[in-house]
Amino acid sequence: MLKIENIRKVFNPGTVNEKVALNGLNLELNPGDFVTVIGGNGAGKSTMLNSVAGVYGVDSGNIYIDGVDVTHLPEYKRAKFIGRVFQDPMMGTAATMQIEENMALAARRGKPRTLRTGISNKEREFYREQLKILELGLEDRMTAKVGLLSGGQRQALTLLMATLQKPKLLLLDEHTAALDPKTADKVLEATEKIVAANNLTTLMITHNMRDAIEHGNRLIMMYDGRIVVDVSGEEKKNLTVEQLLNLFSQASGSDEVDDKLVLS
Amino acid sequence: MTSLINALPGALAQGLIWGIMAIGLYITYKVLEISDLTVDGSFCTGGAVCAMMLIGGHNVWVAMLVALLAGMVAGFVTGILHTTLKIPAILSGILTQLGLWSINLAIMGMKANQALNVNNYDMLVSLRYLQDVSKGLRPFWQHPLFSVGLFTVAIIAVLYWFFGTELGCSIRATGANGNMARAQGINTNFNKVLGLMISNGLVALSGALLAQFQSFADINMGRGAIVIGLAAIIIGQVTFGKIFRNFALKLLAVSLGSVIYYVVIQAVISLLDINSNYLKLISAVIVAVFLAVPNIMPNLQKGKKEAGHA
Repeated sequence: MLKIENIRKVFNPGTVNEKVALNGLNLELNPGDFVTVIGGNGAGKSTMLNSVAGVYGVDSGNIYIDGVDVTHLPEYKRAKFIGRVFQDPMMGTAATMQIEENMALAARRGKPRTLRTGISNKEREFYREQLKILELGLEDRMTAKVGLLSGGQRQALTLLMATLQKPKLLLLDEHTAALDPKTADKVLEATEKIVAANNLTTLMITHNMRDAIEHGNRLIMMYDGRIVVDVSGEEKKNLTVEQLLNLFSQASGSDEVDDKLVLS
Repeated sequence: MTSLINALPGALAQGLIWGIMAIGLYITYKVLEISDLTVDGSFCTGGAVCAMMLIGGHNVWVAMLVALLAGMVAGFVTGILHTTLKIPAILSGILTQLGLWSINLAIMGMKANQALNVNNYDMLVSLRYLQDVSKGLRPFWQHPLFSVGLFTVAIIAVLYWFFGTELGCSIRATGANGNMARAQGINTNFNKVLGLMISNGLVALSGALLAQFQSFADINMGRGAIVIGLAAIIIGQVTFGKIFRNFALKLLAVSLGSVIYYVVIQAVISLLDINSNYLKLISAVIVAVFLAVPNIMPNLQKGKKEAGHA
């Protein structure tokens, strides 16, 4: 479903701030894969996701989604294939627009925007049903401005919006990191439910190792712009946080406490 | 006081005409959240094109349509400078505005102004019609307050419809949150250009109406337009923000804000007997006051924030 081929991305090339964010990264996702991504700060996790989404171009290498080479497609065109939830709850929704308007915008992802009505009554009913899945009572506040919602509610809404129009690929960039633990759990629960119901191919970055182990069918760990650990199936199911830390030390060739702290 | 009462209908009509310009500005300033300084130039472009078309013997509606299109071209240029060429929005607007100075002169045959004798052309609005209607020489619907008022309502109706369409909603999303818009597959650059075109089209249309109203087009007629537009938006918001929530009503508030602005200006001039050369200074002070009051008076802040939701 997703194929990343030897991509390289350098920030601020030729300056003292030069940073090789992705260094010959390769990754292939099968349809229905739910992959969790972990790694320390600066490992390249977000850069990988943003490169796939087309926020910026890569220096070399290719990215394919469902067999289509999207390497040179602008962000808004790739959106046809991709649903996204960001780390910042403010980023995924339009605060000054209503809940139902936000959903209507998302429902038209990848379709031409015409002079037809922006939201029909028939759609409203569908959105009401969809909002019930979140169990946040948003179905009764559909004309409320999204700016009035809490961070957790906005993330849950963004998640729902990302999947209204079934994406070929769902990208979750630490989408629970900015939430309090209880809300984070709820949003993760909703994620699990929606991904399973639609059998979505998903790439989820998290900094919580337990979440990385508990969710998905495959786990990858990044270090220095590359994938250093890739486990799936039974092996992943039986992983412990302790084992994961050991794997990380081996792969990165360092057992520094700093790295462990960053990860745990 | 008498001079104020005599001048009032003219001030009201002028306020309505500038209100259309302000509605155009609202699209960039509030919907797209871009400060577009093209308007000072495109307003004059509209007036100049309309005047020259009328002088050339064209129908007034054709003249206004061409003025609208000319304004849209100006908006397109600013849009391309800003999106494709990645020049900051304010600078893009200033560049277009500067260039338009020469273009506007060229449109008017390299003259700084062009007179429109009200007797020679069949115009949509004119200060003269105001007197004619009160003397019974013309039907009531040619009264500028009526004709421009109707025109404004029609424009608000079209904009209300448009910003409710899929395309219109995507323009609102572009202004509200560009990241979100792109993630939902919206071509934000295209939308910015389109928004700037619609905005400047309306601004030019307003200029075309003013040229008819005052019976001339002048190279300086758009100077300070952005300030007047901002004044209208802010006055409308402060005055009606708490009761006008619907998008159409918010546009109406902008138009009414412009009318209030002109009445205040007229009152200041008439009552204080100030040299009209101080007009720009007075305008700047009025706008500064209206911009600052909601910021420094906390109890008004809430109303402003709510009204800010376009």
